[in-house]
Amino acid sequence: MKLIGGYTEEMRESIEKVEKTRPERMKKTFEMMSLEEREEVLKKYHPDYKPGTKRAIKVGPNKGDVAPHEVVDLLEAYPLIDPKDIDLKHIDYDVDILIIGGGGAGTVAALWANDSGIPAENILMATKLRHGDANSIMAQGGIQAADREEDSPAIHYLDVMGGGHFANKPELVEALVKDAPFILKWHEELGVQYDKNPDGTYVERSGGGTSRFRLHSAKDYTGMEIMRVLRDEFRNRKIPVVEFSPAIELIKDDSGNVGGAILFNMETEQYYVVRAKATIMATGGFGRLHIQGFPTTNHYGATADGLVMSYRAGARLRDLDTVQYHPTGAAYPEQIVGLLITEKVRGMGAQPVNKNGELFVFPLEPRDVEAAAFIRECYGRNNCVETPTGMRGVWLDSPMIEEIEGKGAIQKNLDAMYRMYKRFGIDMTQDPILVFPTLHYQNGGVEIDVNARTTVPGLFAAGEVEGGVHGKNRLMGNSLLDYNVFGRRAGINAAKWVKKHAKPKNLNLKHVEDYIKELKKAKIPEERKSPMLLPDYRGEKALARMIDIF
Amino acid sequence: MAKKKKIEDKKMITIYVMGKAYKVPFGLTIMKALEYAGYRYIRGAGCRAGFCGACATVYRKKGDYKFRTALACQTTAEDGMYLAQLPFVPANREEYNISEIDPNKNVLSQYYPEINRCVACNTCTKSCPQGLQVMDFIQAAIRGDYEKVSSLSFDCIQCGLCTVRCPAEITHYHVAQLARRIYGKYYSPIPKHLEKRIEEIKEGKFDKEIERLKNMSIDELKKAYAERKIEKIPRGGVREE
Repeated sequence: MKLIGGYTEEMRESIEKVEKTRPERMKKTFEMMSLEEREEVLKKYHPDYKPGTKRAIKVGPNKGDVAPHEVVDLLEAYPLIDPKDIDLKHIDYDVDILIIGGGGAGTVAALWANDSGIPAENILMATKLRHGDANSIMAQGGIQAADREEDSPAIHYLDVMGGGHFANKPELVEALVKDAPFILKWHEELGVQYDKNPDGTYVERSGGGTSRFRLHSAKDYTGMEIMRVLRDEFRNRKIPVVEFSPAIELIKDDSGNVGGAILFNMETEQYYVVRAKATIMATGGFGRLHIQGFPTTNHYGATADGLVMSYRAGARLRDLDTVQYHPTGAAYPEQIVGLLITEKVRGMGAQPVNKNGELFVFPLEPRDVEAAAFIRECYGRNNCVETPTGMRGVWLDSPMIEEIEGKGAIQKNLDAMYRMYKRFGIDMTQDPILVFPTLHYQNGGVEIDVNARTTVPGLFAAGEVEGGVHGKNRLMGNSLLDYNVFGRRAGINAAKWVKKHAKPKNLNLKHVEDYIKELKKAKIPEERKSPMLLPDYRGEKALARMIDIF
Repeated sequence: MAKKKKIEDKKMITIYVMGKAYKVPFGLTIMKALEYAGYRYIRGAGCRAGFCGACATVYRKKGDYKFRTALACQTTAEDGMYLAQLPFVPANREEYNISEIDPNKNVLSQYYPEINRCVACNTCTKSCPQGLQVMDFIQAAIRGDYEKVSSLSFDCIQCGLCTVRCPAEITHYHVAQLARRIYGKYYSPIPKHLEKRIEEIKEGKFDKEIERLKNMSIDELKKAYAERKIEKIPRGGVREE
């Protein structure tokens, strides 16, 4: 196959049309949808509305609630361990606070627990991969905070509620928007570098569904810049962390409080018992479940383990019926299909256009609406470009950015994107890039209150694993904010809890045994196990000849 | 959603995973090629998108003396690659309290005196999968130029490939992390508009308005949302009010 500048000849023909319409489009606008129009395109084209993709949960606190099959399959599943095989008398780690998950939320929680008087050695972080291997480090676009004269936390509040289809828990949104400027200041004090104008003010841009410029970024490495500073600070405080050892089940004490967890060392295959007065669930989301077969932007470990463990321990979940598909996942080349193309590309002026070079939607609708409009263009109107491997997509007219902001603007602001495309032979300053929605975010999760407490005493949750903040659809720039706001609140409130409670007594797994009984009663097939821990991408040919002999 | 063409239709290549030969389809990343061959990662895979540095890879090509580096998730597997991944980098990292540092001094040389052993061989730069000017930022670190270290190292994903290749045993990415934090904390002041807003929030300036929104019915909230003023986007092509 002959490629010119990374694209096939057929794709080149379409690119010519995009170039031809560009000068006209530069001056043009596309009407924003009304709430009714949004509703219509969502119902017809958003994957959440596709029939046969969800079902009611048969067991547990959310019995009867609907969620995607892939999520329900993990909730309606048996534990990896037989509770009888676990010796809870032998405690490997005895701490005040156990943090499950080594991403942004867990790291922030650890720092604030430490700041709230819990000595480093009384905290333990357990993580499945390395500390920092998380969606937090991959976030590109930025973080929202209403800190400009023209903006206010109240306007931020309204944007969040509208983006979430007014299903958000209001008090969580209030906490999110009011803590936001404080979080930025905390980052500054730790040494996080945000993009600033020559006069010292922040560079702020708009994102999908935001009515003000409110997005703060660090080029398109925002998540990485924040995460590596937080992790560096965590290391300076000497907070213990055990890597490649995910929690696989929560433990309770005789009063029904969560009292720690069982960890599984994936390399030696032994388990550890952790006793903790307070446990913070910070395991992130479910992108690697590939809901409806979608590719994902998520990191390797995003397998909903925290949802499963919390649910078995009796925690209520919410808003799991919607899934966020990011409108702009890479659709070409094949090697990077599904990877995130930050919303900042549209925030800087690049328009989504179809194969004829026509702008077909307002570029910055909330994510669910924008994604649905892309799917409509590809599958409803057939105005898409098809790749050699059969992926469909629309163009994101990235060269517009340099026409608007001047030469070099892409490398200055979108270096990660530029670098990724360059690696695969495409120059996004010269040519548009092909995109299609990709599985991005778990909108809902474990229900929390403003103090990051779940419905189970002793169990806190922060970050993507929790639900309620974003309602049915998260806006750009609110996930980095979420994990900071609620990670902090989880750390502070877990520390408070610790000071009021004695060491958990009579550790047990009765909740797991009870859950097994419920599963059996509901006739759930016994071979179904969870948490998943890691997805399996081994080739079919290799798997077909695999034998388990040692 | 799209129907993918069968992988079997593709041209096959041979890669050597830690010396063992496997036939894999052409067009996969190194990471996906190893998975196709039957490997399931515990270490060596993180974000799978070029941001975390977990999949740092070293390789040679058949018949080529050159020692190369890559990120397994961001590099297409080629015929004749001899591949190995770094599971861990045992790098020296100094502990410090960022609030107690004197930014006027050359703190980088104090904490990491080995940077002065740099022989300017440029191996670090050649080994960087991000294409950063690593040696240049180490030279800037020797001079105590925090700004230069910051800007040159900003896209560092901390994979450790420079560090394992360095004959002077420098841990470039930890040096750069310290420099960036010093620059961020001491040389890039907190914007005044941020401080002002924090004061306003503390004084409760927005509480009444947020309370009003919180007490609205869904229909009232929808109306307020639909009628909210949208800030003019000053760039062409998107929207003008």
